[in-house]
Amino acid sequence: MTDQIAAPVTTDPNSIAAAIDVLKQKFPDAVSDDTRQGYSGIIVDKNKLVDVATTMRDELGFDLLSSATAVDYLGIADELEMVYHAYRTSGGPALLFKAKTERENAAIPSLIGVWPGADFQEREAWDLYGIQFPGHPNLRRILLWEGFAGHPMRKDWKEPYYEEEHKPFESRWPSGHVYRVEELSPYGKNVQYPDDMDVSQWLGVSDQGVNEPVYESMGLGVDIQHISDGEELATDRLIVNLGPQHPSTHGVFRMVVTMNGETIEALEPVMGYLHRNHEQIGERNTYIQNIPFTDRLDYISSMGNNQGYVQAIEQLLSLGNRYQPPTYRAEVIRVLMVELNRIVNHFWALGFLLNDLGAFFTPMLYALEAREKILDFFEATAGARLLYNYMRFGGVNKDLPERIHSVANLVNDQVRDFNTMDYLTTLISEELPRAIEEFNYYLTGNEILKARMVGVGVLPADVAVATSCTGPLLRGSGVAYDIRRAEPYSIYPELDFDVAVRYNGDIFDRYMVRLDEMSESVRILKQILPRLEATQGESIIAGTPQYAVRVPIGEAYGRVENPKGELGYYVVSAGDSKGTQNPWRYHVRAPSFINLTALGIMAKGNKIADVVAILGSIDIVLGETDR
Amino acid sequence: MYGLGILKGLGVTLKHFVNTYVEDIRLGSGKFLGTAFEHRQGVDSRGLYTVEYPDEKIAVPERFRFVPFLVVEDDDHPDRPGHDWCTSCGICAKVCPPQCIWIVRGTDAATGRPKPEPEAFYIDIDICMNCGFCAEFCPFDAIKMDHDYELATYDRTTTNIHDKEKLSKPFSYWKTIAPTTAYEEMVARGGWEHTDIIKERKKADAAAAKAAAAAAPKVGDSQTTVPPLAADVAAQDRADAVQAVAPVAEAIAAADAPEAAAAPVVDEEAAKAERLRKREAAMARKHAKKDGE
Repeated sequence: MTDQIAAPVTTDPNSIAAAIDVLKQKFPDAVSDDTRQGYSGIIVDKNKLVDVATTMRDELGFDLLSSATAVDYLGIADELEMVYHAYRTSGGPALLFKAKTERENAAIPSLIGVWPGADFQEREAWDLYGIQFPGHPNLRRILLWEGFAGHPMRKDWKEPYYEEEHKPFESRWPSGHVYRVEELSPYGKNVQYPDDMDVSQWLGVSDQGVNEPVYESMGLGVDIQHISDGEELATDRLIVNLGPQHPSTHGVFRMVVTMNGETIEALEPVMGYLHRNHEQIGERNTYIQNIPFTDRLDYISSMGNNQGYVQAIEQLLSLGNRYQPPTYRAEVIRVLMVELNRIVNHFWALGFLLNDLGAFFTPMLYALEAREKILDFFEATAGARLLYNYMRFGGVNKDLPERIHSVANLVNDQVRDFNTMDYLTTLISEELPRAIEEFNYYLTGNEILKARMVGVGVLPADVAVATSCTGPLLRGSGVAYDIRRAEPYSIYPELDFDVAVRYNGDIFDRYMVRLDEMSESVRILKQILPRLEATQGESIIAGTPQYAVRVPIGEAYGRVENPKGELGYYVVSAGDSKGTQNPWRYHVRAPSFINLTALGIMAKGNKIADVVAILGSIDIVLGETDR
Repeated sequence: MYGLGILKGLGVTLKHFVNTYVEDIRLGSGKFLGTAFEHRQGVDSRGLYTVEYPDEKIAVPERFRFVPFLVVEDDDHPDRPGHDWCTSCGICAKVCPPQCIWIVRGTDAATGRPKPEPEAFYIDIDICMNCGFCAEFCPFDAIKMDHDYELATYDRTTTNIHDKEKLSKPFSYWKTIAPTTAYEEMVARGGWEHTDIIKERKKADAAAAKAAAAAAPKVGDSQTTVPPLAADVAAQDRADAVQAVAPVAEAIAAADAPEAAAAPVVDEEAAKAERLRKREAAMARKHAKKDGE
């Protein structure tokens, strides 16, 4: 398994170009450069796609397929395009490749045989764009249900509340006529089913199993009650639905578990209950309007979401000639925020993992106690505790306040007043290390927890890489892959920190990776404090903030190491050669979503009671999974 | 020894429990007087402490954002009590991510041309996502994010579209809930008044100065003494305003005497910010004009 991770790789900065050369030599007819303005990477003939991808993985060492998504170029090229970003886990930039298909009967060979991590992403592309993937063993809708008519991300699809192609909507000003959306499109009357569907006959993913082979083959008929009434403790095969309304699923998430007795034979995640087509909303929005929407993806670590998005747009802006990079102080504040947010996220994740393991709410509350102090700082700086909307193109919204203080406004208001830098210094150099150390002392040695965590839900390194896992999940399996080091952004190159890695790939190691990472974040924050002092009073944003940003055409993939894994934004600006006000394509590569690919693999062979803990150790947020 | 880890953990739980009472003893009667609140909600507090909502509430920090409100002049404003600060330029409606702002631009009944105040202004607070873009990009400081988060109602369908009447709050309210921010904005505008008033005053000042300059050579004219006096007063006001720059509380006190504080602050940065703001306002007007056609 290690030979795949440690593939022979040159750290030559031209290695992407070198890799492209190799591919061109090997597949002279199938590989060509993407020469469109602002685009990069290669275009691969879809008939040769699997061969080219295999070469990339086996000969060139691109073992991690980070992102696979579709773009609809209706009106520009009238074709659909799959865009893939493949990386080496040893670090370095992406090998970006694309395959094109016509819009009617769209089909592109599946890459699931090369990178199993393409599984969910290809299902998503089928679901939202209607691209078939021959070779995919389980190509069903993933975010929407089977009764959904059409493929909503296609540019010619209109939603029930459709008003206009882009915001701002004309009806708001200068002669606004106010109405409630429900009045325009009453509840229950805005649903369309596919022509060939009879909704009354529809069976969900778990019900299908009930009617078909499993039970009948056992001669038990279809009555689940009858099965559980059996007299002996024979190991019957059962299908159990965990969720969508289940406290362990951290939201509305369902696991269809096929069990032999208590042992799991197969687990299929079912998601999409919180789906709101975030990406389509993003394509209606102007560039700046997307920032608060990104907050609502992974709402436990919104700062990181903001950062990934603004970095993607800054990449696009840098294609123009008026681009000003973020100021140094802005970068310092961004790193301060995301690292504090990482601690918040890991406290939250560990607290809930402990909840899932049965240490009900006491550890959770101690974790929240520490988190609360960080949120107080966020609230005073960004104006919100959870959905910050803090970063802007070229910097951040507001500088740190001089004092964290409040003014009594409501009845019974109690005021507080702290000096911000004193508060931060105490927080970073005393309180957070103390809280992390206490958490460690409190729980890590606990025998019950060890019995529940050690050796459970093992994910081997090669499987973790193949299934495109990122973040603590991947690092818990022994792959030291952290984007802050693998492809550094912001001011991370000048900061001194280690990538937390553990090697056994079980729940305990994922737990330890998160604890280690919190300590590393504190280490980073301690280096941030003097930088904050030194840049006091400097500009926090490059240029003047604008509400209508024009973005040069091209494509960009901004990715950050979010607490849950690699968060990437693939943004395309297309349509108007002078620059656009709305993204043509806005895709979120959500770590919570793609990390779930490995859930079934990890759960297999474990007991049903461990599923809850395994899911907790992945640390998902449904706002991001379902988008 | 098996079980040692569990015992260690229980020790931590016990420590948290005991700490609560240690802190109570340490803070003495402050616990009952409410003076301990700040410490217990501070960064280095220990033990457990519950804020007993609604008998106690943590006052929100200044930058806290909840649904927006519209700034109007105070009731005791000398020139235009209750007048909107909003000029219905529409930037807030355009930048709003969920598009929850509807504005009807006012028209002059006599000429039928657009006038810079809104006839109607609606915000659907069910849709509002509290991002604060409207306040951030408003060139006239006319829309601000509120601090009042207690908006629960029994029926969202009838109460949650806020109209202009419900949205409007006096400028003094904004100064109360966000003194520092209001002060920074005052510096940027060049005075506590609305940008338009400041501009008019400046124009009047300039005209007065011009008149004074024109009148000055005429020695012996009984009128000549008057304009310099006025200029002196203005200079004095300016000095007052500059003095009030340092502590926020004083600045607010100065603001209660509108004439005194209305004078522009002579400060390079403020002037720069003012220029910027002016340009933005001009752009907004230009857009408004363009969109109106």
